[in-house]
Amino acid sequence: MSPDIVPLISKALGETVYMVFVAMIIATIIGIPLGVLLHTTAKHQILECMPLNRVLAAVVNAVRSIPFIILMVAIIPFTRFVVNTSIGTTAAMVPLIIASIPFIARQVETSIKEVPEGVVEAAEAMGASPLQIIWHVMLPEARASIAAQLTTVIISLVGESAMAGAIGGGGLGDLAIRYGYQRFRADVMLATVIVLIILVQLVQFAGNRIAKTLDKR
Amino acid sequence: MIELKGIEKTYAGEDGPVHALKGIDLTIQTGEIYGIIGLSGAGKSTLIRCINMLERPTKGQVIIDGRDMTKLSESELRKARKEIGMIFQHFNLLSSSTVYENVAFPLRLAHMDEAEIQKKVMPLLELVGLSGKAHQYPAQLSGGQKQRVGIARALASGPKILLCDEATSALDPQTTKSILGLIQDINQKMHLTVVVITHEMQVIKDICDKVAVIDGGVIAEKGTVLDVFTNPQQPLTKEFISVLLSNDLPAAFRGGEVSDTPVPGSYLLVRLTFIGDSADDPVLAGMIRENPDVETTMLFGNLDQIKRTPYGRMIVGMTGEPAAIDRALSYLKSKNLSMEMIGYVKRREVSGDVA
Ligand SMILES: Nc1ncnc2c1ncn2[C@@H]1O[C@H](COP(=O)(O)OP(=O)(O)OP(=O)(O)O)[C@@H](O)[C@H]1O
Ligand SMILES: [Mg+2]
Repeated sequence: MSPDIVPLISKALGETVYMVFVAMIIATIIGIPLGVLLHTTAKHQILECMPLNRVLAAVVNAVRSIPFIILMVAIIPFTRFVVNTSIGTTAAMVPLIIASIPFIARQVETSIKEVPEGVVEAAEAMGASPLQIIWHVMLPEARASIAAQLTTVIISLVGESAMAGAIGGGGLGDLAIRYGYQRFRADVMLATVIVLIILVQLVQFAGNRIAKTLDKR
Repeated sequence: MIELKGIEKTYAGEDGPVHALKGIDLTIQTGEIYGIIGLSGAGKSTLIRCINMLERPTKGQVIIDGRDMTKLSESELRKARKEIGMIFQHFNLLSSSTVYENVAFPLRLAHMDEAEIQKKVMPLLELVGLSGKAHQYPAQLSGGQKQRVGIARALASGPKILLCDEATSALDPQTTKSILGLIQDINQKMHLTVVVITHEMQVIKDICDKVAVIDGGVIAEKGTVLDVFTNPQQPLTKEFISVLLSNDLPAAFRGGEVSDTPVPGSYLLVRLTFIGDSADDPVLAGMIRENPDVETTMLFGNLDQIKRTPYGRMIVGMTGEPAAIDRALSYLKSKNLSMEMIGYVKRREVSGDVA
């Protein structure tokens, strides 16, 4: 094992964490409200609006059905438009965000669906407005489930970020391809894999802990 | 006062429309506890949910203190709902909030400040006997305690009306008693109008002033609980009541032929119902003393209460000369009780009473 491996890995790990972290934050900020809308605009829900619901569902399904590797290439013009470049860590974040938003939206929708109807109804009976119901009932009641779902999203983001890395985005995936594959550095390949495994384990562990603390049921 | 006028509700069901309510007229006076009883699917929940517009009636008016709820805008309705508390069979508490936060919830909706919230929540927790549990989560409470939280929450916004949809149906008999006691207490202390939905006559008997029997989306019978109990008109009502009243005769009289006219060696069976103070009077003793020539045997006796009114029921068997029996009957008629002739039944020989 050569001494360059530690700086290589730590730089790549830093890039991966940066990509996943920023992409996750932006995707969550957009994904949660979208998930709430998906649920609340459905039939018999508090903001029932079937036309909007159908449009949202169609867009979410469309984006979700595109494999990440294709999405990444297909939206290069858009990426260039947004961040002025199509390579590098920042550019890799654009497809990561685009792919995660509908994923998060569906997960949040599922979590909110699990909130018992009666609890929402009780709030309605107390004169709560739809916004108050979303903010004070649906989101707090679904928070443990949402935390668990977001953990899954982060883990799949780690995987996708490795793919994005392979086309010049930096991070652990990039490192594994350039050193481990193209330069036959088996030690770098192995180290990358180990670091990825540890990273995913840590995320899962933290996610479980958070979900458990939030769950008062 | 709550006035329901010609309420109809039709759901668009999977296989055609479901007529859940078919024209309900009901007036509930301020301060009374009104019970609505019916079998599963009769339309009870639909009816109570029409009162606070969780369900919009297809037709008819819901008038609360002179205001037609069906005509309110969304925001007016939200305001009106703050004056109507509701409790549920499955409590519907926020599982992620503490007992305190659950009770504070309606106050937070109204943007009340923290100090004021505390001033309201603590006495309410005191009232329902849960001061010590303020910082626990619903999952840590028993069913009865959860319903107490539900009651405190329903009262937080200072409502004038309390709607209870099967509020005790998920509880054991003992807990049911204590929750019903609490509801009755609140009704008196706060002069709250209470609407109680149930499928158990016991609940009606314990706390209600008036009752409506609902069957297939229409009201089959309504009136004061005392009237409906002592003089039920509809078969369904009688069935509900019979669950509570065991009218079983001793084995010696059971299954025998009942005839309308005297048969040699038969007993005339009479059902006597005493209401209020007369339940305590020694009517039977008086009758026996004044009619020693009639052999009187007591076959069934029970003293109970409807709300707080004593209510006694008895079945006696009499045998003797027709003229003597007539005298005994007119003695009973002169007393403050209601009397129903069951008929003449022969006593049978039985070995061991396996009632
Ligand atoms: N949302 C709905 N859509 C379609 N039909 C409904 C709906 N809600 C109730 N119904 C129907 O309306 C009728 C009355 O229902 P409701 O819930 O009022 O009965 P209930 O007397 O409360 O019965 P239970 O004792 O079982 O709670 C039933 O036939 C029921 O199937
Ligand atoms: Mg019901």
